Amino acid sequence: MNIASNNQLEGLNSKELAKARRKEGRLFFNLSLPSLITILIVVFIPVFWLSSLSFFDRAGDFSWENYERIFQSQLYIKTFIVTLKISFITLFFCILLGYPLCYWLSQLPNRLASILMIFVLLPFWTSILVRTYAWLVILQRNGIINDTLLSIGWIGEPLQLAHNLTGSIIGMVHILLPFFILPLFASMRSIDNNFIRAAISLGSTPRGAFWRVFFKMSLPGFFAGTVLVFVLALGTYVTPALLGGGKIQMLAQRIDSTIMLYSNWGAASALGVVLLILAFAVIWIFNRAFGIDKLFMR
Amino acid sequence: MSNTDNENHKSLPIGIKGLSKSYGDVYALENVSLDIKAGEFITLLGPSGSGKTTLLMTIAGFCSPDQGSIYFGQQEMTMTPPHMRGLGMVFQNYALFPFMSVAENVGYPLRVRGMTEADQKSKIEAALEMVQLGGYGERRIHQLSGGQKQRVALARAMVFEPKIILMDEPLSALDKKLREHMQIELKALHQKLEATIVYVTHDQREALTMSDRIAVINNGRLVQVDAPKALYDNPNDLFVADFIGESVLLQLENSIKGLTLRGKPLKMTNPQPKGENPHCLVIRPELLVMSDSKNDSLNDLSGIVSASVYQGESVLVMVDLGDNIKINVRLPANKSQSSNIIPDVGKPIHLGLHAEDVIIVKGRVE
Repeated sequence: MNIASNNQLEGLNSKELAKARRKEGRLFFNLSLPSLITILIVVFIPVFWLSSLSFFDRAGDFSWENYERIFQSQLYIKTFIVTLKISFITLFFCILLGYPLCYWLSQLPNRLASILMIFVLLPFWTSILVRTYAWLVILQRNGIINDTLLSIGWIGEPLQLAHNLTGSIIGMVHILLPFFILPLFASMRSIDNNFIRAAISLGSTPRGAFWRVFFKMSLPGFFAGTVLVFVLALGTYVTPALLGGGKIQMLAQRIDSTIMLYSNWGAASALGVVLLILAFAVIWIFNRAFGIDKLFMR
Repeated sequence: MSNTDNENHKSLPIGIKGLSKSYGDVYALENVSLDIKAGEFITLLGPSGSGKTTLLMTIAGFCSPDQGSIYFGQQEMTMTPPHMRGLGMVFQNYALFPFMSVAENVGYPLRVRGMTEADQKSKIEAALEMVQLGGYGERRIHQLSGGQKQRVALARAMVFEPKIILMDEPLSALDKKLREHMQIELKALHQKLEATIVYVTHDQREALTMSDRIAVINNGRLVQVDAPKALYDNPNDLFVADFIGESVLLQLENSIKGLTLRGKPLKMTNPQPKGENPHCLVIRPELLVMSDSKNDSLNDLSGIVSASVYQGESVLVMVDLGDNIKINVRLPANKSQSSNIIPDVGKPIHLGLHAEDVIIVKGRVE
């Protein structure tokens, strides 16, 4: 038998074998079916339905007024600026605290590193609400920090740590830091020590080898963590609501008040759509700017 | 620089004196001293965990010894950080930077040394030519095959003309055929470069193929340092005899007349050792002569064929000598010789060992 006749799928058992392959393909599809249906029902349909609300005014007619209001009202524009500002500051501190910590963890022996990672993950085991109230107790005017600093005389009057931007950011960094550390740690752990040794043996100083090789090879995890933190920060609600003391209005809070106070679903939906677009834009820009997909290629 | 016989512009000798390193109460290196000549291809050979990699990493400066000193030429290097040692190094898993192209990888040591782009370019291309990868500069690392990656790693380690190149099992990830091809190529490359090469492997055949000298390491100690042929023909130690080649060790008995093999006096051309020390006979499978009848001029072993395995170029016959001792005989798969017909299992057979081929080492078989 020659190859040509094989290609025509007329060989011995070829029909039965092709059928078996199709059956296997169907089986794998069936395995993913429950999750596909769930995602369709709880994610895509609600998002689509809620988004569609933004294109109708209160009378139920099609209109752009919900979007026009967002881009004309100073209040909304200010909300966007505050949201972006807080998200960037939070990201900045997550990188500042997370990268060195991750580097240190990645250089430890396996056992010790996994024990210490439990401490990084510990906050996940309590609810965000509880943790945020805990920060309030610590940061408020007569909280632990102010009491301590006053009693040892480092400050004359209490620092304003809660009910403002500072408080919101402290809380958000605390909550989002693990999301930065997890992908970065995985990325750093996968960097073989021989890469660094190779760079050093070829004449790099240890510092040079770190920046030229280790840092570059940690970038996939770095960007994954960055995108995760930034996108999650954009949609934060509880933390700025409690630790911001009403002075900090982020997008999620604005959406909440639009519904709760004014019961304007169309306007709230428009804000939600803009938030969603913003999140996608961030991911897209990161991908274009740093070529994450290229970095993952080995 | 003093221009003595063993020091020139292309290579440096390495002097290792009294090097020790322990992890807890286990010695990775125990008082290792070794003089490596300039331009020599020396292989550190040993089983895994023998300390050969620790020794290489200590020469490279990545592992700090507990005591001892390392010299490159006249200069002591023991305290010099690894990036100041000017060594080329090739790693087992290549350690090519995945986010750089082939040319960027090879150019890395030049870039670090602040060489201009134009100078870099010609050097990179020359280095790639040297490993037969001319024109591959723009390729990404993931587009290369295992053998090509290894060549790029070689080019990167030699592009800045280091006087010493260290290699840590560089061929172990390649398949057998490619590995054997690369061994020959590496040896040819060494002759062109004239640099001192320290090569680590656990593969004794690889060591025998490539090295000027082989340093056998076991349990952190240097057991024997010799040229391949000397090492194979005259192992001075039970471990070396066992580790190099497919040997079988047979215990010899001491008697008034000298050493005896299974009750019969051992015929050997070299003078027999004096004294009461226990000795072993090292039997290489290719040295035995198989026949149906006993040949009185040879040392004779008789046994029963327990299995024979056709291996392409040769036939391996396992012979049971009784007392739970089995030895292997390798026969060339040569149709013209009638003596090389594959024997049937269960057939009684005589194995002869020429007096010239007798190798004995001190020690007792465990």
